[in-house]
Amino acid sequence: MNYQYHSMRASQKTDYLIVGLYAILVAIGIFCIFMVEYNPDINIFQSFIQGNTNYSKQLYFAGLCTIVATFILLSDSKIFTAFANLFYAFGILLMLATFVIGDNINGSKSWIRLGGGFNLQPAELCKIFTALALAKFLSRQETDFTKIRSQIIGALIALSPAVLSVAQSETGLALVYLSFFIVMYREGLPATILIIGFSFAALVVATLLLEPNVLALILTVIALIFIYILRKQIKKQTKILTFIILIWAACVGIQKFAVPYIFNNVLKCYQSTRIYSMIGKDYDCSKNKHANVNPAKPIKKPDDYNVRQSKIAIGSGGLLGKGVLKGTQTRGKYVPEQHTDFIFTSLGEAFGFVGSFIFLMIYLLLLFRIVRIAERQRSAFSRVYAYSVVSILFFHIAVNICMTIGLFPIIGIPLPLVSYGGSSLLTFTVLIFILLKLDADRQMVLR
Amino acid sequence: MSVYHHNKKRVIQTMFVIVFIIIIGQLINLQIFSTKYRIMADNNAIYRKVIYPDRGIIYDRKKRAILENTIMFDLMVIPADAKNTDKVELCKLLNIDTTEYRKRIVTAIIKNTSVKSSVFEPLLSPELYAKLNENIYKFPGFMLQERSIRSYPYNTAAAILGYIGEVDTGFLRRHRADGYEMGDYTGLNGLERTYEKVLMGQRGIKRFIRDNRGRLQGSFENGDFDTTAIAGRNLYTSIDIEVQQLAEKLLQNKIGSAVAINPKTGSVIAMATSPSYNPNSLTGSSRRKNFGKLLLDTARPLLNRAIKGQYPPGSTFKPLGGLVALDEGIITPSYGFNCMGAYVNCGKPVRCTHAGGGHASDLRKAIAYSCNSYFVHVFRMAVDNPAFANPQQGYLKWKEYMNTFGLGVPLGIDLPGEVKASIPDTSRYNKDFGGFARWKSCNILTLGIGQDRMTATPLQLANLMCIIANRGYYYTPHLVDSIENETIDDTVYMAKYRVKHDVTHIADSTYRIIQDGMEDVTIFGTAARLTVPGHKYCAKTGTAQNPHGKNHAVFTAFAPKDNPRIAVSVVVENSGYGGTWAGPVATLLMEKYLNDTLTEASEKRAEEFSKIDLIPAAIKQWYYRKDSIRIAREREKEKEMEQRHDLDADTTENIKTTFDPEAEPNKKEDNNKNNNENKIIKQTPMLNNSNNKKKKKDTTLP
Repeated sequence: MNYQYHSMRASQKTDYLIVGLYAILVAIGIFCIFMVEYNPDINIFQSFIQGNTNYSKQLYFAGLCTIVATFILLSDSKIFTAFANLFYAFGILLMLATFVIGDNINGSKSWIRLGGGFNLQPAELCKIFTALALAKFLSRQETDFTKIRSQIIGALIALSPAVLSVAQSETGLALVYLSFFIVMYREGLPATILIIGFSFAALVVATLLLEPNVLALILTVIALIFIYILRKQIKKQTKILTFIILIWAACVGIQKFAVPYIFNNVLKCYQSTRIYSMIGKDYDCSKNKHANVNPAKPIKKPDDYNVRQSKIAIGSGGLLGKGVLKGTQTRGKYVPEQHTDFIFTSLGEAFGFVGSFIFLMIYLLLLFRIVRIAERQRSAFSRVYAYSVVSILFFHIAVNICMTIGLFPIIGIPLPLVSYGGSSLLTFTVLIFILLKLDADRQMVLR
Repeated sequence: MSVYHHNKKRVIQTMFVIVFIIIIGQLINLQIFSTKYRIMADNNAIYRKVIYPDRGIIYDRKKRAILENTIMFDLMVIPADAKNTDKVELCKLLNIDTTEYRKRIVTAIIKNTSVKSSVFEPLLSPELYAKLNENIYKFPGFMLQERSIRSYPYNTAAAILGYIGEVDTGFLRRHRADGYEMGDYTGLNGLERTYEKVLMGQRGIKRFIRDNRGRLQGSFENGDFDTTAIAGRNLYTSIDIEVQQLAEKLLQNKIGSAVAINPKTGSVIAMATSPSYNPNSLTGSSRRKNFGKLLLDTARPLLNRAIKGQYPPGSTFKPLGGLVALDEGIITPSYGFNCMGAYVNCGKPVRCTHAGGGHASDLRKAIAYSCNSYFVHVFRMAVDNPAFANPQQGYLKWKEYMNTFGLGVPLGIDLPGEVKASIPDTSRYNKDFGGFARWKSCNILTLGIGQDRMTATPLQLANLMCIIANRGYYYTPHLVDSIENETIDDTVYMAKYRVKHDVTHIADSTYRIIQDGMEDVTIFGTAARLTVPGHKYCAKTGTAQNPHGKNHAVFTAFAPKDNPRIAVSVVVENSGYGGTWAGPVATLLMEKYLNDTLTEASEKRAEEFSKIDLIPAAIKQWYYRKDSIRIAREREKEKEMEQRHDLDADTTENIKTTFDPEAEPNKKEDNNKNNNENKIIKQTPMLNNSNNKKKKKDTTLP
């Protein structure tokens, strides 16, 4: 760690590439919402002014976000470090308060009504606070993240809001907090934990795809191959054999008992159905503990309307797309929630593969730029925070787009800066502009 | 440490890239390699609306539209989209209950799957249409479809013009290549059926963008892919609608038929059948009800007796008997027969109205006095012609003549369902008389006076008049003279009506003698009381015996004598003398056609005649019975009709009704078809089917 201690002169250089990318994405977002909501009978100019439509609302949100961003850039970056823990505590309190004063909107009790038609989702805001708190914790002088204790505390900071989110039936938002593991990996969390996590995920998917007995057989074969390869070492150390057998037993146990248990007892019927439908299988809801099984009622077909229509919209775009306002899926409102979670479909339909590709490249550029910014930070706080931002962004982008193209089950995660929604836009704006502020002040010593 | 961190940065970046590559890979798969999504999107969003062109209009000979179009609406349903519809309110509007609603939805699904549109309520009344149109947004899955409906401005000529009806699965199977879809209409009878392809035109398709609820958002690609509907072509018929109306009026309260043909061209001027019905009753929303009623009517108003009724021609056959003998060279016009009041050469006498006095001393007189003996004898001479080895050969020759005259064969008029009537084959007689060739001319002698097993349709009788009027040729009778914008493809319809059929090789002077004989009929014979003001006309009456009660009145005529422009045949069932009950119809029709109007006296006569009720008592009793039970059994009957509504008129014979010998004494049990011993029989009360066993008494009145 060769930190160079420069003078206190604060570079006020804001990273304008990110500001530019931010603006482009917000503009694309408003344009996409406009394509979704376009009605030839309504005067476009008028509807933008009047604010009756979602695209005009999003425009107002963008205006609000500009003001907030300006305030952040004009503020003192020290407040973010100073108040990080306080913010976090406030966020957790807000989430707890939701259980008492929250309202049920769209089936999840995770919103607080602010009045005037605006609602606040504390879980959304908590992303910022968690990122700050994690950065604060990891940047402490006394934190040694190679130690298990620190790792557990870090994980607790990251996952507490997630647990509360699950309790509020916002599984999608809860999953976002998993992205903090990327940050923790960067800060010293052993890769094995991530690998085990991924392996577990792969095992779950394999369990869904394959017959239990076939998978058990495959796992056995893999174990035998390992034993064969490592037979010389095993002769020296019988421990290895025990280890392999233990892993094999664990895997089989997971795929045979743990996964069905999770699907039938932990997840709700509709969640299991969605995950199964993603891989093209029917989930038998009668096995689900949560389902109030009515034997007389026939089991419904897999609930894949959303993803089917979404795939049709994107797929029908072809190479160059159908053109602006010419998408039949969009015009016909075939894709549900197209202005929020499925906003990518309008883009994919109108501009085809070429447009989608360019759009993805803008995102990738943003991610890489933030990684670069993260790596150039002198303070651990800024770096951890930057990685938090990039991880959250990445997770949102990856999951949202994967879900629209049928690679991931449908969980309500918005596309950053593009999806309609004031809470979401404000959260990402604040996340990014705090980062920009920290980056602008990177020459200052922040601890 | 720095390198280690650098590696971690790379790992994270690699992770980003890998995930983006996976996403892009899937995008390539979806957007570039899969073509199905484009099709699926089109299926989602593009709504194909079939545009029905106007059907062709049918005109009469004076270019008056006798069958045209008006607009009505059908309520269509796509069952899959109708799940969220406000059932209760819709039922209230349509005045049905929810059970009926469910029944219709199930029917629609069975007929046409749940994703395609089917007719839910056809042909809405204007008030109902207005109400539904206002509220249709409340009923997703339901839509109103404009439908051009046929209208008959003269309320007449139902049997000729025919009607259209919804196609059924059987029709679709038979006409797979013609592009019909469920819910389409097609001509089911009459000219509507024969000229279906001309009248239907070409359907167009409009494409619309439709949203997730099936609401139309506008046209697709500005209508670049739309095809326009091409209206059906018009038909110009030879019908004179006024003559037709008169014919139908005169046949009111009677059962029978009248056919008038222009002998020069074979064009049908009028073709009436009675009882008939108002063709407009089969177009609107009450079609179902009315059709059921017509179908069950024992007097069979849906039967076009002009081409499907088979009657013994009786004495009207006699001029033809003479023609055959003349053409074969058996007799000359001066051939005479000494009739003393009956023909006795074959044992059992055949009575004749006249006795002695040389009333059959030559052909002309024999025709004028309608001598039974003369024509029985001439017939026997034809059968026993020494040029042939045996009577069977002679009979076959005679039958061949009949066929060339258009008897015993369908003429080929442009109406569906024409029957050939009957000129029996030798095999028939072999069977009757218990073995091959065990019969001679004596056994079948009444064929010579148009009785025995011989039957003819009124159309065939009118055609015979054409041959005599034309002195030896005819054109196949037809209703349609020309098709609008006729092309080479239309020869399939029109060519056969432009071929002249020469049938005899007899000198005009000989024909003149037959015509003279027929003119004598109108001067001092059986039609002496009937006149066509301003014209000389030729006629032959017939009073045909039949096993169904009173004699059928038959009358055939043509006028004017020297330049015939109209040939007529009239049959009035179970009425009596031909000259009394069929003659006035024929002469009034000729007068109307030739003079374009009726004299005041004729007008009065027509009025009186139309009021005369000649419907057999059995049928009246049937009506009476039906009326009295109707009130008590209103509901049951409606159900019954619904089940039967889709049966075609031609299948009437298959309708099974309970036989009531008191009400319908003319009915016979047809054991060939109904071997089951319950009391279910075919309903064929009014017609001469060939069930009449060997007749006991074959006498014909003049």
